[in-house]
Amino acid sequence: MRFAFPVLLLVFAAIATLAAGVRSVPVPEIWHALTAFDQTNPLHIVVRDIRLPRLIAGLAAGASLGMAGSIMQSLTRNPLADPGLMGVNAGAAFTIVLGAFLLGRADGGFIAALSFPGAALASLGVFAIGGGVRGETGPVRLTLAGIALNALLMSLVSAIVLTRTEALEVFRFWAAGSLAQANVRPLLEMSTIAALGAGSALLLAPRLEALALGSGLAKGLGTRPGRIQLGALAVVTMLTGAAVSIAGPIAFLGLMVPPLARRISGHTLRFEIMISALFGATILLLADTAGRLLIAPAEIRVGIMTALIGAPVFIWIARRLRPGALT
Amino acid sequence: MTQIVLKTEGLTLGYGDRAVIDDLSMAFPDRQVTSILGPNGCGKSTLLRALARLLRPSRGTVTLDGEDVFSLDTRALARRLAILPQAPNAPDGITVMELIKRGRTPWRGLLAAWSAQDLEKCTAALRHVGLGDQMDRPLNTLSGGQRQRAWIALVLAQDTPYLLLDEPTTWLDLRHQLEVLTLLRERNRRDGTTVITVLHDLNLAARYSDHLVLLGPAGLVATGAPDDVLSEDNLRHAFGLEAMVTPDPVTGTPMIVPR
Repeated sequence: MRFAFPVLLLVFAAIATLAAGVRSVPVPEIWHALTAFDQTNPLHIVVRDIRLPRLIAGLAAGASLGMAGSIMQSLTRNPLADPGLMGVNAGAAFTIVLGAFLLGRADGGFIAALSFPGAALASLGVFAIGGGVRGETGPVRLTLAGIALNALLMSLVSAIVLTRTEALEVFRFWAAGSLAQANVRPLLEMSTIAALGAGSALLLAPRLEALALGSGLAKGLGTRPGRIQLGALAVVTMLTGAAVSIAGPIAFLGLMVPPLARRISGHTLRFEIMISALFGATILLLADTAGRLLIAPAEIRVGIMTALIGAPVFIWIARRLRPGALT
Repeated sequence: MTQIVLKTEGLTLGYGDRAVIDDLSMAFPDRQVTSILGPNGCGKSTLLRALARLLRPSRGTVTLDGEDVFSLDTRALARRLAILPQAPNAPDGITVMELIKRGRTPWRGLLAAWSAQDLEKCTAALRHVGLGDQMDRPLNTLSGGQRQRAWIALVLAQDTPYLLLDEPTTWLDLRHQLEVLTLLRERNRRDGTTVITVLHDLNLAARYSDHLVLLGPAGLVATGAPDDVLSEDNLRHAFGLEAMVTPDPVTGTPMIVPR
């Protein structure tokens, strides 16, 4: 069964997330904390109030980024595309620093509330610049529009943080994603959005497979390329917007997970999306756990950990590509 | 008497202001193999794309059984008419079977579960193009001829009574061109599939087609049986080519020898 190995890995990562840390909790005690909570037991409080939200945040953000990466790579026909290409991270960064600049606030709830609208507006902008409004969009146009809008937003972010120290503090704190603020982030709302995105992704997958053959053949197969692209970008926005609201920007995860998933799923997009969800959550949880253990009692933020793992994977994928594979 | 189902009326096609096809009214005989011929830039592919509703005409209509192809539900049309455009795109590392299965797109429901019939059509299409034992190989490890046959298997698996192909023999050596045209004619003779292709090679087109459409720089030059269409006069009009037309020593079909 192709799912057995990814599911087992995820179960292992989930248990490690609950068990490992400055205070390690034995597995039977985790079970008691979840089933027979004792509020006088400090280990139970660690599991229930700190590590469980962190686990849920990691599952939702990791699975979302894995799935979004898989859809982005299919849509842009680029095995190195990252869901961040749609501008969600830059969009969220922009609204957060703008909020801090105008209102001088920087608490977790405030950041979470500004992330999703910024992410959604930015990806709408990429779609519009990429010709989506006139139905002229294609992989190359979308990629270029994404790069252009990302660059614009990030330079605006730089301009703001250079003029206002409060904004710089907020940005510095947010720019490397982390699961540490899980309990002040809107986990329920964002997990719901991510779940809706996941369901739509699975429904959209067969049409995306047709679109990957080129828009002429896709039309000939009875699909509507414009609608598929719009649907796919809506799904990517839901998934990555949810992830960035929960955890901030997580570098490389959406890029490295789908090629690993394809080694198990092959080119059946629906399987690829499901395996990407499992791998995305697993890698994010393991990276987060490792980040908490390596320099304990301090911790390395998970966005830095995924970049450390992701950069070599990126180079590995790039080296395996044949010349012309991206055209 | 052959039946006519697919036809164009007053069809004008162009990109921007330039009309490539102007006011073309013609019919494609049913259950026959038709080849569209003509010099580069005369609008062969443009015409084919319009027949398959990939390009919206600036004026005029394309009708299938009396209905405008642009007003038909696109999915329903995809169950009747398949098109293989030039240079389609394959994801890196996709296997032959994974590719062919995408030809079943118009037949899959909302949840898109695979039916036994879907898989049967795919394996039958693969056997038909002679790739029955290659289905698990990655497409990019196949030879050029095999790869082209895999793409043809994709549109065969789509299982439509009308099959349109844009230059299916480009980039292939002569033996592989013959292979591709033979298998298209087999499909036509066995299942009564109407096959319409854009071709460059006049002699091969004459051998393998029941019906020819010859376009020139100023529009339609001639349409009909190969013997009637490929005359010295028509070739001069369409291509500006001085040529001798003589019976092909093997098949007796017209053979063009440039002077």
